[in-house]
Order: sequence, then C-alpha cells, then structure tokens
Amino acid sequence: MTAASTPPADVLAAGGIDPRWSRVVQVGSRSWHLLDNGPSLDAGPVGTLLCVHGNPTWSFLWRRLVAAGARSERPWRVIAVDQLEMGFSERTGEQHRLADRVAELGALTDELGLAGPVVTVGHDWGGVVSLGWALDHPDLLAGVVLTNTAVHQGAEDPLPAALRVATAPGVLPVGTVTTPAFLETTLALAHPRLEAPVADAFRAPYRTAERRAGIGGFVADIPAGPDHPSRPELDRIGEGVRSLDVPALLLWGPRDPVFSARYLRDLRARLPHADVHRFEGAGHLVVEDADVAGAVLRWLDARDDPAPTTAPLEPFRALGATLVERAADQGTALIELAGPRSRRVTWAALAARTDQLARGLAASGVRPGDRVALLVPPGADLTAVLYACLRLGAVVVVADAGLGVQGLTRAVRAAEPSVVIGIERALVAARWLRWAPTLVSAGPLRAGVAKALGVSTSLDALAALGRESTVDLPWPDADADAAILFTSGSTGPAKGVAYTHRRLAAMRDVVARTYGIGPDSPLVAAFAPFVLLGPALGATSASPDMDVTAPGTLTARALAEAVRAIDASVVFASPAALRSVVRSADGSELADLAGVRLFLSAGAPVGVDLLEAAAALMPGAEAHTPYGMTEALVVADISLDELRTVGAGDGVCVGRPVPGVRVAVSALDADGEPTGAPAHVAGVTGEVLVGAAHVKERYDGLWLTQQESARDAGWHRTGDVGHLDDDGRLWIEGRLAHVLVTADGVRTPVGLEQRAQGVAGVVSAAVVGVGPRGAQQVVVVVQPEVFSHGPVVAEPELAAAVRGALVGTDVAAVLVVEQLPTDVRHNSKIDRSRVAAWAERVLSGDRARL
Amino acid sequence: MTRVLVTGASGMLGRTLAERLVADGHDVRTLQRGPSRVTGAHDVAGSVTDPGAVRAAVHDREAIVHLAAKVGITGPLAEFEAVNVGGTRLLLDEARAAGVRRFVHVSSPSVAHVGRSLAGAGAGPADPEHARGPYARTKAAAELLALAADDPDVFRVIAVRPHVVWGPGDTQLVGRVVDRARAGRLPVLGQGAALIDTTYVDNAVDALVAALHARASAFGEAYVVTNGEPRPVVELLAGICAASGVPLPRRHVPAALARGAGSVLDVAWRTLPLPGEPPLTRFVAEQLSTAHWFDQRRTREALGWVPRVSLDEGLARLAGWTARQASAPAP
Repeated sequence: MTAASTPPADVLAAGGIDPRWSRVVQVGSRSWHLLDNGPSLDAGPVGTLLCVHGNPTWSFLWRRLVAAGARSERPWRVIAVDQLEMGFSERTGEQHRLADRVAELGALTDELGLAGPVVTVGHDWGGVVSLGWALDHPDLLAGVVLTNTAVHQGAEDPLPAALRVATAPGVLPVGTVTTPAFLETTLALAHPRLEAPVADAFRAPYRTAERRAGIGGFVADIPAGPDHPSRPELDRIGEGVRSLDVPALLLWGPRDPVFSARYLRDLRARLPHADVHRFEGAGHLVVEDADVAGAVLRWLDARDDPAPTTAPLEPFRALGATLVERAADQGTALIELAGPRSRRVTWAALAARTDQLARGLAASGVRPGDRVALLVPPGADLTAVLYACLRLGAVVVVADAGLGVQGLTRAVRAAEPSVVIGIERALVAARWLRWAPTLVSAGPLRAGVAKALGVSTSLDALAALGRESTVDLPWPDADADAAILFTSGSTGPAKGVAYTHRRLAAMRDVVARTYGIGPDSPLVAAFAPFVLLGPALGATSASPDMDVTAPGTLTARALAEAVRAIDASVVFASPAALRSVVRSADGSELADLAGVRLFLSAGAPVGVDLLEAAAALMPGAEAHTPYGMTEALVVADISLDELRTVGAGDGVCVGRPVPGVRVAVSALDADGEPTGAPAHVAGVTGEVLVGAAHVKERYDGLWLTQQESARDAGWHRTGDVGHLDDDGRLWIEGRLAHVLVTADGVRTPVGLEQRAQGVAGVVSAAVVGVGPRGAQQVVVVVQPEVFSHGPVVAEPELAAAVRGALVGTDVAAVLVVEQLPTDVRHNSKIDRSRVAAWAERVLSGDRARL
Repeated sequence: MTRVLVTGASGMLGRTLAERLVADGHDVRTLQRGPSRVTGAHDVAGSVTDPGAVRAAVHDREAIVHLAAKVGITGPLAEFEAVNVGGTRLLLDEARAAGVRRFVHVSSPSVAHVGRSLAGAGAGPADPEHARGPYARTKAAAELLALAADDPDVFRVIAVRPHVVWGPGDTQLVGRVVDRARAGRLPVLGQGAALIDTTYVDNAVDALVAALHARASAFGEAYVVTNGEPRPVVELLAGICAASGVPLPRRHVPAALARGAGSVLDVAWRTLPLPGEPPLTRFVAEQLSTAHWFDQRRTREALGWVPRVSLDEGLARLAGWTARQASAPAP
C-alpha cells in the first residue's frame, strides 16, 4: 500500500501545471491525487467539469482543460482525478470493478462537496466511469463530454482487436504490469508524437511494476465476455445513457486502433442529440492530439448563447415532387448516351423505378434518417436511387471518385452510412475498407463476387421487392437531413456537408429562377451535380457519352450528339470538359449546337479565353459562369459579356449575387484574420459570407467547424477571400487559408498570380508565403512554358520580369517547377498549401520534392 | 551635439558610422589599433584590451558605439575571448566609471544561432554555449555581459545585431565573394535556394544611430537589423558578382558535402600550421546553405527605424563604386 502523493515538481512543470492545482484528498481510508483549478479562480465558476482519465493515463491528460477553465470570463472549475491505483493516487492493492470505480468517484465528489452544475468529461474507460457517475447524480448533472470511449461491448461483439490481444491469458500481466508495453504502446498512439517531457510525465507514476499493477487491473476489468463480473454495471451504464437528456458532446480522434468508428456510431445512436466533432488526423489520444480544451469551453459557451433566430421559411415543395407529378408522362425524362449501351428513360419509368426502389429499401429495413452511401456513376441508376432515398427519407451520402480512394474512404467512413449502394469497384473498396455494414449492388456482379463481398442485395432485387409493397410511404420532414455532400478538400480533408430536404429544394429553386430552367428547357449536363438536378427541375436531360469522372473525355462530337438527342437549349460543363470540347471541335458540330441558348461552366475559375472559344461553338448561346461551393451551390453569376467589360482586377470577378442570395464581406484585420462584421463596403478585402435558403444545414460531424462557419447568425463563412466592387460585383482573391501576412501587410494570392501569369513564358503561377505569419516572405512559384530541369531558383531575367509584374509587393524568391500540383476533383485549383510547404523547405536549404 | 566614442572605426561599418556622426555634428572620438581615416574624428590608437587606451578613449564621452571585435571564421578561441569578451568587459567598466550614459553594443545574429536554418526568426537570447564557432561564441558572451550591465538609472545598454553587412569597400562579404569568383572558386551550395537576408551598410549605420537615440524602453534588449529583403543565396551572390564585374558562380556543390568538407578543413586549420583562413569552413557552409532571415517588426518598432536603401539600390551603388574604382588611376 502506498498513499497518494502529489507529482514531483518537474512533472507538473512539464505540463505547465500550477502547483496549487495538485493536491491529495483523503476519502475514508483511501487517498486520491487530483488536479483542481479551484484555488486559482478569481470569480465564481459557471460550474464544474469532472474529468476522468482512462487507462493507462492520469489527470495529466486534462492539464490543458484545467488551465483553460481558469480563464477570467465565464470560468469553469475543472477537477481531474487520478483513479485509485492510477496516476499518483493510492496503490491499495485491491481489484476495482467498474461498479466500485463509479461508487468510489461518487464518494470522492461527496467528500469534495461538489455542487451543480457538473459536466462530466471522460476519455477511454474513464468515459464509462464518468457516465456511471453521471447516471448516479442526475441532480448535479448538466452535460456530458466524451472522447474516444465506448460504453458498451455487446455480448456478441468481439473486443477491439488491440484489447483482445491485451486481455488474452498470459499476455495480460506481461503486457501491462511486468513491462511497460501497454503504457508505451498507448503513448505511441499520439499524432504527432508526444514531446519527450510530456511522454515522461505520463510515465512518471508508472515507473515500477508495483506501481503499474492498476494498469493490469484496469484491463482485466474490461468485460470481455457475458459472464464478466463488471458486465452488469457496463450494461446498466450502456442502457442508462439512452435516457440522458442533458447536452452531450462527442470529441473524436478517428485514427484510433482501439475505439474505431463503430464505437462512435454506437454512442451517437445512444445519444442522438449529441454534438459531434471528429478531429481529422487525431487518434486515440485525441486530448493530446487536438485542442480538446478549446472545443469543450467553446461548446460550454455555446450552451449559454441564445440560439440564432432563423429566417422565415419559404413554402416547401420536395425535390422529388416533379417526379411524382409526372408519373404518367411518357415523354423523355433522361437520355444516357453511352454508345451501344445508350438508354432512354421516360418520366413514367423513372417515377416508377424511384417508387419501387423507395419501397424496396423500406421493405428491406432502411428507415428514414438511415444513411445510404451512393457510389454509382451519374446516370439513370444513380438518379433513380437518389430520388428513391429522398422519397423514403434516407440520407444520401454522395462522395465522388474525384476524392481519391483515401479521401473517399475517409469521407464515407466519417459519414457512417449503414448501407452502401455501389458498382462492383466501389463495393470491393467498401468491403475491404469497412465503409458500411450493408452492401447493395447497383449493377451486375461477376459470378461469386456478391458472396465474396457479402453483398446483401441488388437494385433490381430491391425494385422487385418494392413492386410487391403496398405500404403507405410518408414523405420525410422538410427539415430532416436529406443529403451529405463533400467538399473537394483543396484546403484539408474533404468535409461532409449536410443538407435538409428544404435546403435541397431551395437549391433547385435558385437554379430554376436564375437560369430559367424548367420543362421547356432540355439540358445537357456534363457536370456531375447537375446531371442529378434535371428531374427535379422538370427538364428533360441528357448526359453525353463520356467518363463523367474524367471531364477531359468529353468531345465536341459527344456534346453535339447529346444536344441533338433532346434538342437541348441549356448546356452545363465543367471548365475541364469545356476545354476538351474546344480542343476537339472541328466545325462539324456547329449545326447541332446552334439551338443552345445558354451554357454554364462552373466548378473552378473559368478563363475568359475558354468561354470565348466555347461561345464560338455555340453562337446562339449566352455564356455564364456561376460561382458557388459545396456549401452553397450557386452564389453569384457573371456572363461572358460582363466579364469582357470588367477586365482585369485584383482577383477573379464572379459577378453579382443571384436572386435570393445575400453576399457580405468580413474584413481581414492586420493579422489576416476575418474579424470584421458582415459588411458591403466596396474595395474592402475579407472573407466572403453567404446567406441564402439553399446554404448547407451544417457540416457533418464537425461541430467546431460548423460553429466557426456559422458564427455570424444567418451567414455562412465560405473560407474564400475577396471584395465587392463599386457595382456590387464580387471578386475572389483566394482562400482564407492561403492569405499571406507579411511585415508590409496582408496579401491575397489570386491577383498576384494573375499578374505573374501575364509574364511571357509563364503558364501558371502560385503565390505563397514562407516563414512565420506576420513576417512572411512572398514567394512566386511558376510553371514555365519550357521547363529545362535547371536550378529551382529562376534565372535572373525571369525573376526580374516576375518582380516587375508584381511591383508593390516584395518578392523574396521566384522558383520554377515543371508542374504545379492541382486538386484531384477539378484538376484546376492549385494546391497552394502543398506548394507553400515545398517552398518553405527548399528556401530553408533542404532538398524537397513537390 | 553628443560626445560619442566609436570603437573599431577602421572597419567598413565603424568608419561609415563615424563619418555619419561627424557629419551630423557630433563630437566623435574613435578607438582602434590604427588610424580610422575618418575626417573630423579624433583617433585614439590602441586596443580595447589596453586599459590605458580605453580609459583615455572613454573620458568625457556621453555615449559609446562598440564595434571593435576580432572577426574571422577560425583561429584560437583565446584570441577571440581576449578581444571580444575581455575588451567588452573592460570598456563597460571604464565607461560606467567615466559616467557614460548610453552604450550601443554591436553584436551579431550568430550569437543566437545554433546551426538550424532561421526563417523569420526573432532576436533569440545569446547562447555562448551553443553558438557556432569562436567568433559567435565570444560575441554571445560579450552581448550577455553588455546587456547585464544595463542600468535604467545611470547606464543604458542596447545591443544591435546587424546581419551580414555589405557595401562598397567591404572586405568581409563582397571582398571574399569577388576574390573567389575571380579565382573560379565560388561554388553554389546545394540548390542555392536558401533565403539569406543581408544589410546594406548605410541601413546598418541608420540603425546604430537610431539605437543611440532610441527611447528608454528600447534599451536592455537585443535587436536584429537587416534589409528585410531575403533572397536565395544564388541570387545574392549573382547580384554581388554582377555589380563587381566578376563572373557569376555556376558550379553547384551538394550542401551536405560542403558542410562535411568544411568540417575537415576546420580541423586541418585548427591543428596544422596553415596560413590564412581555410577555403571553406563548416560555419560558412552552413551560413550559405541554410536560410537566415529575420522578423524585423520588433526592431523597426523599437528603434523607429526602417531601411532606406533597398537591396537593388545597394547593388546599384556597389556597381557604381566598382566602375569608379576601375576608372581611378592605380595608386
């Protein structure tokens, strides 16, 4: 038996822990060590955070939260305990079962005389203990915060693989007690690696086998089987959590080999009202990896702030309403051109297939609110299953192959679909990368593949099932989630974006209103998002013969054939597709394209040259380029005529807000931060804010990101930087993440890049900053027409020409590269973050590859 | 008018500073071993290690700008210590005893540089234990001594660290570059992309004058001074070569190889009776193959100073000087 003690001074110092916070508390015959910022609070705290560590950490884990709580405004008392046998608390030599630990914690808080409100905070198995305390103290409880934990091991569930090994007979004492293997393995899970003094502080209370006994005891208490003595208490807590109605926050590090995504899914199912934030890149030690302290306090503050008032709602007409109305229409709804496999689908057929699939999905157990990932290329199949899900109220998760396998995996797993519907290639990935428990085939599978992949059913089988069903299928609530889309991830991992049915419908309406698209305007869509919109707009649509995931495969001939097939008056094409059309045109397409009255190109900035060239192919058409983003699909629009008129400026002119959209600018301060209130002052550069009925509902599973993007009530912060001109036109100057802050002031990249691109011999340019923010140096990286494999520093003539073009901005270096990296989805947005990281290394004197 | 002592006025920076102070109407005395050749200044000939000379030099002065130092990239540590540490200590003691009020200690960013690349660094604390080479180590110790002597009531000390000062007639950077380029022995280390910031001599002089008159709250601390225009080292060398009318460097040597070779030569010159300085030292190899540039905001704010001569203007002035040298009759 060793009584509790306070940690040595150097251990506290390693964590920046005020020695006043560390103390020993006697509870009956046992002594506890805990951190408590109470003594340093100036004012009375809002409440108390009761933090419980897991195995094999100790209260040191919560040091930043303990410190952050002791702020001057709205302080929180933060108490972080060392559980018995752990950290610097007493080594009693006893085995503590889960129920013991919950009761012991209760005895401690009784001794402390803890008054409400209390918010529990737990990590790992400390999460379970904290929830046990929460259930036992309903009068004090005001909220629960959980980080990478699990409240339930279903008797049928195997343990997390890492723990299966740790709990195996024979392994347990060696791995956890005799050697520090379990401790070291846990510490090694930090991303990035723990700094040496911090890792040493985590090791400090566990230097000898005797002091590590509790680590083994904790692992042995994990209820591995149905007969385990701690099983009843775990079941009590697991079930009890479902009845918790206090606010809940789940903060998660997805790179966790112990508590994988399914444990987060399980917690969300038990606490459906919980706010969730996944820290992309963080792992099991999320409290070390990410700013958990900041997130917790921000969340607590948000509880106190009044909810923003919402704008009056417009009348709602479901996205799929048109399809139902035209169920008897034998006219053409869509044509899919694919050589000999081309298909024509009538409105009646599309409506019937959609209805059958909706009923089939319902009959096979898919419920409104369930998430269904669609990994099907755009076309008739995707259209039908998409509208079927919307009809049923299942939430469609639409991730495109443009994210790459890694990005796609991260995106789909983050969205936690319960069903994946996909073509064979997607199902293989879904199976092996564990995207979802249930797989549905969208097309024919090779013999044996269905079985091998564990594919449950196919769309045809679902439709057959649906034909038998006569159940009444209610329409989903307008404000329920309808879809999860993904950003392109050009500034960090792709983010899931949640839309409600109401917001999707608003998006349809803004497109219809802005471009006059409806039943009388057949449209050809060579741009994935718009392929799906035709049936909602009531417009006959055609997809040209191309690989939609590779826009460069669209030829002028294929476009002309699609236009002729439906006598289209509207054409949508991405800039990459349009470029390919222009390149492949030989003049023979002109007759077919003569009837087009409007063409749109979007998805990335479109050059005037490209629009001019495309306009020459469609002389009867007005050329427009919409500006938008995954979070607000159409924000502003500009025509080619207007683009010609405005000429050059600082950035790319994207025109005026379309009807129903409000745009404002939040000015950048001297530190490059968008701290200005939403305003409409011409010439002021700042973050672009958008307000509209069709703006995203929220970011999915990214509570903090959502808070940040919606911090001005009624506005969405786009992350784009730009300004308004005297005529109310919006100019985009780059991404907020790419703003440079130099000693001479703030610089935005796009305008400077345009000027550098005007230098003879330069194909494209990226303007990035190196060095610490506030003292950054401007670096121009150019892709020359002729790359000579010479030195990376530009020859004096080129450097002088670029500096001459950027007069007014001190350019520290001009570098040349063979190819500037671009984003995967559009192949046109320069990946400035990557260029900046590379330039930083090269200009430090290191060797680096771009 | 202030009565000022400038030590080390025979070097480019010291001489230019003394000339400026004379032109500004100050009473200027100089202390160095030989004549300063500064018209209008009163020379005291002697070393900063000579108590008699130092006492004579500080007598009746109100302010001192201390530049005298043993510079160089190799040599016995004891010699550097005697001049850089011993000389500074002596000067500080005598200055205080003589009632001097302000002391500008000219230091070097290398006192805080422990070998990694510096990108937008501030003025870190001087580190005599880890600074690279005898010059930097002894200058670090000297700066600590000087700042420790700062006394808000009677004796104010400020440290200024100009980084790589160059200009017409400069023997340290321009002279070395030109000599080696002429001999075809000026390689570019690595890709030559490391960003290096330098200081045109007139800007350094402005900064020292500003330090002399700085507000009271600026004293007691060290400030790095540069042009604030870092450039890839290859661009800088090319600029100096072009302005000096010598061939541009073309030969690239891998940076790691150069650092290794520098280490070998360091040892050779330390242990063998070899003349002059080694063709390449590890310190120089590091200086020329890793980034060295600084965050100038604090310096500019504290000293109320901004560089007036841009890098391009400095190079143009160097080119003009080169042209005049070429057309002048040989002495």
